[in-house]
Amino acid sequence: MAGGGRHRKRKLHFSKIYSFRCGKASFKEDHSQIGGPGFSRVVYCNEPDCFEAGIRNYATNYVRSTKYTLATFLPKSLFEQFRRVANFYFLVTGILAFTPLSPYSAVSAILPLIIVIGATMVKEGIEDWRRKQQDIEVNNRKVQVHNGNGVFDCTEWRNLRVGDIVKVEKDEFFPADLVLLSSSYEDAVCYVETMNLDGETNLKLKQALEVTSHLHDDGNFRDFKAIVKCEDPNANLYTFVGSMDFEGQEQPLSPQQLLLRDSKLRNTDYVYGAVIFTGQDTKVRQNATDPPSKRSRVERKMDKIIYILFFILFLISFIGSIFFGVETKDDLQNGKMERWYLRPDDSTVYFDPDQAALAAICHFLTAVMLYSYFIPISLYVSIEIVKVLQSTFINHDIHMYYEEADKPAHARTSNLNEELGQVDTILSDKTGTLTCNSMEFIKCSIGGTAYGRGITEVERATGRIRGSPLPSHKLNEASLSEIVTGPKSSVKGFNFSDERIMYGNWVKEAHAEVIQRFFRVLALCHTAIPEVDEETGKVSYEAESPDEAAFVIAAREVGFEFYKRTQTNISIRELDPTMGKKVERVYQLLNVIEFNSTRKRMSVIVRDEEGKLLLLCKGADSVMSERLAKNGREFEEETMEHVNEYADAGLRTLILAYRELKEEEYKRFCEKFNQAKSSVSADRDALMDAVTETIENDLILLGATAVEDKLQNGVPDCIDKLAQAGIKIWVLTGDKMETAINIGFACSLLRQGMKQIVIGLETPEIQSLEKAGDKTSIRKASKESVIRQITEGMFLVSSSSGSSNVFALIIDGKSLSYALEDDVKNMFLQLAMGCASVICCRSSPKQKALVTRLVKAGTGKTTLAIGDGANDVGMLQEADIGIGISGVEGMQAVMSSDIAIAQFRYLERLLLVHGHWCYRRITSMICYFFYKNIVFGFSLFLYEIYASFSAQPAYNDWFLSLYNVFFTSLPAVALGVFDQDVSARFCLKFPILYQEGVQNVLFSWSRILSWMFNGFLSAVIVFFFCTKAVELQAFNSDGKVVGLEILGATLYTCIVWVVNLQMALSVSYFTVIQHIFIWGSIGIWYLFLVVYGVMSPAFSTTAYKVFVEALAPAPSYWLVTLFVMISALIPYFAYSAIQMRFFPMYHGMIQWIRHEGQSDDIAYCDMVRQRSLRPTTVGHSARLAAKRAARKKHSQERNDHYG
Amino acid sequence: MKSPIYVYYQISNFYQNHRRYVKSRDDKQLWSPKNERSSSDCKPEDFTSNGQPIIPCGLIAWSMFNDTYKFSVKDKVLEVNKKGIAWKSDREHKFGSDVYPKNFQSGALIGGAKLNSSIPLSQQEDLIVWMRPAALPTFRKLYGKIEVDLEPNDNITVIIENNYNTYSFGGNKKLVLSTTSWMGGKNDFLGVAYLTIGGLCLFLAISFILVYVLKPRPLGDPSYLSWNRNAAGHLN
Repeated sequence: MAGGGRHRKRKLHFSKIYSFRCGKASFKEDHSQIGGPGFSRVVYCNEPDCFEAGIRNYATNYVRSTKYTLATFLPKSLFEQFRRVANFYFLVTGILAFTPLSPYSAVSAILPLIIVIGATMVKEGIEDWRRKQQDIEVNNRKVQVHNGNGVFDCTEWRNLRVGDIVKVEKDEFFPADLVLLSSSYEDAVCYVETMNLDGETNLKLKQALEVTSHLHDDGNFRDFKAIVKCEDPNANLYTFVGSMDFEGQEQPLSPQQLLLRDSKLRNTDYVYGAVIFTGQDTKVRQNATDPPSKRSRVERKMDKIIYILFFILFLISFIGSIFFGVETKDDLQNGKMERWYLRPDDSTVYFDPDQAALAAICHFLTAVMLYSYFIPISLYVSIEIVKVLQSTFINHDIHMYYEEADKPAHARTSNLNEELGQVDTILSDKTGTLTCNSMEFIKCSIGGTAYGRGITEVERATGRIRGSPLPSHKLNEASLSEIVTGPKSSVKGFNFSDERIMYGNWVKEAHAEVIQRFFRVLALCHTAIPEVDEETGKVSYEAESPDEAAFVIAAREVGFEFYKRTQTNISIRELDPTMGKKVERVYQLLNVIEFNSTRKRMSVIVRDEEGKLLLLCKGADSVMSERLAKNGREFEEETMEHVNEYADAGLRTLILAYRELKEEEYKRFCEKFNQAKSSVSADRDALMDAVTETIENDLILLGATAVEDKLQNGVPDCIDKLAQAGIKIWVLTGDKMETAINIGFACSLLRQGMKQIVIGLETPEIQSLEKAGDKTSIRKASKESVIRQITEGMFLVSSSSGSSNVFALIIDGKSLSYALEDDVKNMFLQLAMGCASVICCRSSPKQKALVTRLVKAGTGKTTLAIGDGANDVGMLQEADIGIGISGVEGMQAVMSSDIAIAQFRYLERLLLVHGHWCYRRITSMICYFFYKNIVFGFSLFLYEIYASFSAQPAYNDWFLSLYNVFFTSLPAVALGVFDQDVSARFCLKFPILYQEGVQNVLFSWSRILSWMFNGFLSAVIVFFFCTKAVELQAFNSDGKVVGLEILGATLYTCIVWVVNLQMALSVSYFTVIQHIFIWGSIGIWYLFLVVYGVMSPAFSTTAYKVFVEALAPAPSYWLVTLFVMISALIPYFAYSAIQMRFFPMYHGMIQWIRHEGQSDDIAYCDMVRQRSLRPTTVGHSARLAAKRAARKKHSQERNDHYG
Repeated sequence: MKSPIYVYYQISNFYQNHRRYVKSRDDKQLWSPKNERSSSDCKPEDFTSNGQPIIPCGLIAWSMFNDTYKFSVKDKVLEVNKKGIAWKSDREHKFGSDVYPKNFQSGALIGGAKLNSSIPLSQQEDLIVWMRPAALPTFRKLYGKIEVDLEPNDNITVIIENNYNTYSFGGNKKLVLSTTSWMGGKNDFLGVAYLTIGGLCLFLAISFILVYVLKPRPLGDPSYLSWNRNAAGHLN
């Protein structure tokens, strides 16, 4: 019952049991800065309305993440639009089209621009509206706030003000940064889950000041008054300096009292807190950088091509203007008219021979407008349309739909689809991304015997590749699956199965006594709190970390059920081997010496029912082995062997040991320990460390546990595929180094035989400096040490280049902060690039973002960040592509990501299939767009040569403006949406195909320029063949000759045919839609010609009846079309045939394989795949290969030895 | 030569496709008497010095070709039929049958031909032909049709009235008599080009076949791949 639970908890004083965490804060040097610059914030708790609070005018608690507001939308988005050079250019030409300079009518020029801009703005608006919805949801969450009379009312988050007193209940998020005043516990501690901030899954213990800890009821706050002075808003999550003036006494405040927004209250019924930072001032918001607008690499390159086109455009306009100027000047010489029919004597300024220079300048503007058809106006909008459609493919891909959570993939911005095909480095979060954030007890080694038949994800993946049953599990498949799917698997956190131990069978084992002690340690040595369901009697646990829970659960499942904890006692039910039934035992809890990252172990001291004093200890193998007693090393060798095996399989291992204490020994310890504990000096922790050191010694080894930090489904496979595709994978995690390394092993990013370069600052010199507390010297020494380690690492890497040595870089957060400094970071990057895997542990959100930026800027390649928590937001935004995992950890990561997927494994399909396709489609489409516009633009220019550069277009106005819209764009859009070089199956079968994107071979300058050249060639062929064919002679049997309008329409017909057929040639995957679009576009041209031709001559001008009357009845028109069409396509056709035969690209080879029907020939496919596969360095394929090589070497050596 | 024999005049180096020239007309005025006022595009041939609109206005009409040809064979005059030399759509939908030339060629500077102001524009086929701007600086335009057959070795006497000034811009004038086939007039280009491209296709086809037979493609040879050729592409 809740009431009972509360009562029970109230009585617990954790602060007395815990050794380290609940220390008293003391004034440190930082506190002297309060009131000074950077520390000027003053908060009047419980008086948000008072005058002093009013004049300070702190930010409201409203949080805004949208790009636009209602007022700024129009100007800001228009500005965004016209920042694109091409759009700005079209705006200028659109305005100029209203002047007499224009070679065509203004309406036909401005209409496409309006359509293009409008469509883009609507899209922007819709996207921002979605963000707004999210903001509204967050800002309108409810919280209880003190209204002044000792009563707490519900109000929305956005209404909170600095100084408000709020009450937050269990499992609620904190609405702002609060100073903890009191909690449901007597000693005002509370547990906080900060997963959204730093990704750490263990609960943090916070404790209020003693002076406020008595405020347990709403009514207590009626007259509560306090003044908090503290630092100004900043982004550092782990520091807080302040003081509280309460009842006339100045009390120091530390991070221990600060509850951060977006973290969650756990295991505590309620807390009271005073609001210190609101809205944008909160630490989590300060950490959030502005959502940057991302543009893909391809698009940035496309901009460059557009600049090139602009250059060509201005160049030919300039050339044209010079010729025009010269010819115009020649028209009138000494009053004698040359081209008299132009009346140069009585001319406008645009054609005035007397002012030829001015006329040439005006002509330049006109020409710039005329040749605007070089710039594909519809390119941007076509790309946007294509990307939206591509995104719907991604969103609707059934293979990326996570059925269990009903979550499909969701491309939140469609800007980056093709970037997915170019990823060079993946930066991944760990918790919740690679792992499911659940720990499972899976194996153990007790008394030198390994137990546990569960199979880890890694073993499963390696086993699958090997294609044979796992050697260590020689059971047949049937019994194996029986065990895996047995009834135990329903227990969360427990995946252990071994009939030798379970169901009370352990008593029959050889080391039954050791096993008993082993599980007792698991049941006693922890800080979890049991919760008994009154109805079923089932016990569940609330632990600080999931692995701790896994231990207690494991103990329970084996038969050592921990069910009750009081201030001083721990009660367990266990099987008594002599009586053969369950008995309840109560252990008196004397001390808890907790785990921390330096100690790497945890101990409890208990007194059992017989009065024996026991020290139970669990810890990392590195620290435990040196603490074993001489007579306690009985099973050491076997155990260590097992531990290594487990660690290589990516399991978290802990060594369990115990010792019996003598009464007087404990007494001595107790005395010293209490002395150390109550000291208030700065080196209190060190003192306590020293004391505990003395007692955690001479331990007797019991065994080792292996907990699987459960990887998400398919993660090793996915990583393997990605590694085969040549993508580098970095892991950035807020977790501990050991954990990170374990996961590295689990997903085959690390393996035995890989040289680990570990960069850390846990060296004795620096620790001693830290004790001295001189900040500058710590900094200096730390930096020096980091630089030294990096140089050493680089030396190692460079000295072994060429050999088969593979390196892994592991760096912790503290060192990282030095390694990321400007003068070191390039060295660091260089070292990291030389390593096959990089793992950064204990990194803050900001560091994650900085690392991402470093990789992005340093390598110049595409980076992809993937994460699921709010601590990954910075990284997601910084990377070229941010992928959010829409898992359990809230929505922040998803909201700031570009694409959200439900599981890490979908990344494989997202990148290798969709990424590759999108990249290919977009690049082909862009190349094609440039091609078709160059064909058209150059045909205009070539005509100018024959029109004395007077800027007379060869085509009718509406032919001109509709070229990009109707007759050529749709097939390109269809190509961008539907084309695929090889099917999804082949994309996954030949992952190296992905390198086409990474190396950008489809969008290299040579490819782009050859497409442009192809366009130029087509234009020349079309223009000259057309004009030569219809030049002078009668055009039809009626003796009529070709005029401007007929030549224009003929040229245009040929161009429409040529560019559409060119499209048909470059499509590699025809769907009905492509047929409809390609042939439809050509059909529409004829239809348009007819329809436009029958409109009144006032509107259709030169196109009036041109098709019906002149073109259609004339056989020469059709013959010319056919001829020009074929000749213009020959160059490309010959080129692609030769390339396919002699210089095939990788996709060409795969197409060939499929075409020849050899895809079923496994050996053959393997040959192609193997031979094109670069040696990968990470992933389980690589692990297998390395193992094989090692075994071969080993046997060879043996042979040598015996031979 | 079988009738009809088409009579063309050919002018070179004449930029009928100059933008100033092409724009210098007023289609509305040509179509309906209601739109008598010339558009500003027609400048400087839009209004007479006393403000009367010129019909047809603009440089094109003003500079109309005005050489005349008189043909005779064996002293027998060959009639040149000038009916039906313009496109039907022009005659019926662009040049009004109730629009008559007004104030045409009345300025100080006379450009080319004069028009009979009692004949409506729709029947002034010379004008209509001239008003369709040619595409290229060297062009032919239909002068008329001779509707009698000419025998081989007939001597045709042409009396040319050389009115039109092409000297100032260095252009040539030519007179062309031509018959037509189903494909129009004679031009070797298309035939030659068809043969050339056809030959090229044949050559390519044969060489591809030869390559296919003699040297089958080494399937899936990865040494072609850029990242296998290029050592820098290697991981690490």
